[in-house]
Amino acid sequence: MSELFEARGVTKRFGGLTAVQEVTFGVDRGIASIIGPNGAGKTTLFNVFTGLYAPDGGDVLFKGQSVVGRRPDEITALGICRTFQNIRLFANMTAAENVLVGMHARVRLGVRDVLSRNARFRTDEGQLWRRAGELLDRVGLRAKGNEVARNLPYGDQRRLELARALASEPALLLLDEPTAGMTQGEAVTLMALLRRLVADLGVAIILIEHNMRVVMEVSDRVAVLDHGEKIAEGAPRDVQSNPRVVEAYLGRRAAARAGA
Amino acid sequence: MIHAGAAVAFVALSGAGVALFPRSILVFLVFQSSLVFVYLARIPTWLRLGLLTIALGVMMPAIGTYNGYYLEVATQVGIFVALALGLNIVVGLAGLLDLGYVAFFAVGAYSWAIFGSPHGNVLFGIDVFPLSPWWFYAFLFIGLGVAAVTGVVLGLPVLRLRGDYLAIVTLGFGEVIRVLANNLDKPINVTNGPKGITPIGRPPLPPDVSYAIGFYFLVLLIVLVVILVNRRLEDSHIGRAWEAMREDQLAAQAMGVPLVRAKLLAFACGASFAGVMGVVFASKQIFINPESFTFLESIGVLAMVILGGMGSIPGAIIGATVVTVLNLQVLKGLSLWLNELKNAGVTVLGYNLANLPTQLEPAKYERMIFGIILVLMMIFRPQGIFPARRRQRELGK
Repeated sequence: MSELFEARGVTKRFGGLTAVQEVTFGVDRGIASIIGPNGAGKTTLFNVFTGLYAPDGGDVLFKGQSVVGRRPDEITALGICRTFQNIRLFANMTAAENVLVGMHARVRLGVRDVLSRNARFRTDEGQLWRRAGELLDRVGLRAKGNEVARNLPYGDQRRLELARALASEPALLLLDEPTAGMTQGEAVTLMALLRRLVADLGVAIILIEHNMRVVMEVSDRVAVLDHGEKIAEGAPRDVQSNPRVVEAYLGRRAAARAGA
Repeated sequence: MIHAGAAVAFVALSGAGVALFPRSILVFLVFQSSLVFVYLARIPTWLRLGLLTIALGVMMPAIGTYNGYYLEVATQVGIFVALALGLNIVVGLAGLLDLGYVAFFAVGAYSWAIFGSPHGNVLFGIDVFPLSPWWFYAFLFIGLGVAAVTGVVLGLPVLRLRGDYLAIVTLGFGEVIRVLANNLDKPINVTNGPKGITPIGRPPLPPDVSYAIGFYFLVLLIVLVVILVNRRLEDSHIGRAWEAMREDQLAAQAMGVPLVRAKLLAFACGASFAGVMGVVFASKQIFINPESFTFLESIGVLAMVILGGMGSIPGAIIGATVVTVLNLQVLKGLSLWLNELKNAGVTVLGYNLANLPTQLEPAKYERMIFGIILVLMMIFRPQGIFPARRRQRELGK
């Protein structure tokens, strides 16, 4: 039983295809990773967690409350935020503005404050910008705050997406392949950053990752998905040597050879 | 310094030019471009604002005493600037393609037309209309409210749609409003059908200046308020949420932007500007009928926004000005000039212009010229005349 976040027997079907089958998975703190071959249903699982898809079965609990049936923006307001596998920044807005949009759920101002520009507006808006600066600092992008997201290099865009997700002050962060397209060096730096986030902010992270070296180093726990089913879960070392996992990744014959 | 001197000289000389040649459209166009120069010149903000205030607040009314038509043009430009700024919120910022925007303009116009003219008596069967012209000022807000509510009511069912589908539905909505206005003369006579409503009350204005000048200032004041509201909305979490929606709707929602609420707010804001201007328009024209609210009007306002630069406030202003001036002055001026040549029996390359068919008057191919301008813009400057600039802000160290 996890206190913070728990998925219980989540199932998602697309027509005849069962993308996710009765997956149970929880996280309380630290970094938990979901790995698995392409098409195993990892991103689908994220989409169910964040309210983009309604599950066909099972339940998703956050802080003991079911979030099934809630809109994505409500779920973000509750404290779950995510990044996307294919970067989805607001391309024509600056890096700082991207982060500011991430704070939307935390803004306490109404239309009247905005139109009257009262003291409350000025204080709050100033605070938002300051926080945006801090968050950009955290991911090493403060100097590029005024640059349009579209013009940032790929690695910076990935880190900006992370800062934007952090802006909503999540208790749980879902990262969908944050190191995709990065060099091994960049990936290692990013993982160190994630570790710091866990230590400083106390945020829990669920990571979808293909880079095995990264996963094994950074994760507290690893769950393995194959054809929509969870086939293994445990400490990185145990999962690595699990014969079903090896089979899922390498195929039966190769697995037998590796075992022999 | 050179810029500052040039800006002052440009405005002063072109203003004096208009006073010297009050009939010359060309000179008036030069005066207008001097304002654009002031906007673009590298001069301190106080000088820029000062020059614009003098030009619009003192020189323009003075010009109006030489040639009243120019004041009429300026007033029309003001009305369309406010409309373009409203549509700019919906299309430019929030990215919701609305092809029926003029419907909200119509709603505002009819709300004052019915109550500010004797027609209200026909509708309600009592003898209290027209309301005192002072009510006009209350109706600025009533028109705003009615249009905003119409925007929300239309928005609720259609905002699930995206892109092309939304465009088609709003296009249909615009036509529905026009057809309603055309046919709601029976069984209950609400709009007086194609015959239209007249006379519509005009707002009481200070008697010290001529009515046209007073009305010009009224429109100028409303436009300033609209610009202020626009800027404040744009530079806030609301404006940022709109732009995020335009950039990537799904990501915006995942970052906590409630899509339905944000879209409805955009629709209501855009609609309310149109509603206010509808009230102003109705009282300016004294007469309105459904012909004033055709699909082409919606397209015209959209063309202003696109021409100026989507999502840009200066863009919407310049777009509205260019299109309106083109319509009211340049093309008409060309027509008049051609007519004079025709009447004088001038021959060009052996062809007597008197034989030129009337269909070839420039005022008649206004739409074609628009089309050509828009096509050229899309090829050579798709971002518009004054594209939206990103706000640069110091983030501290």
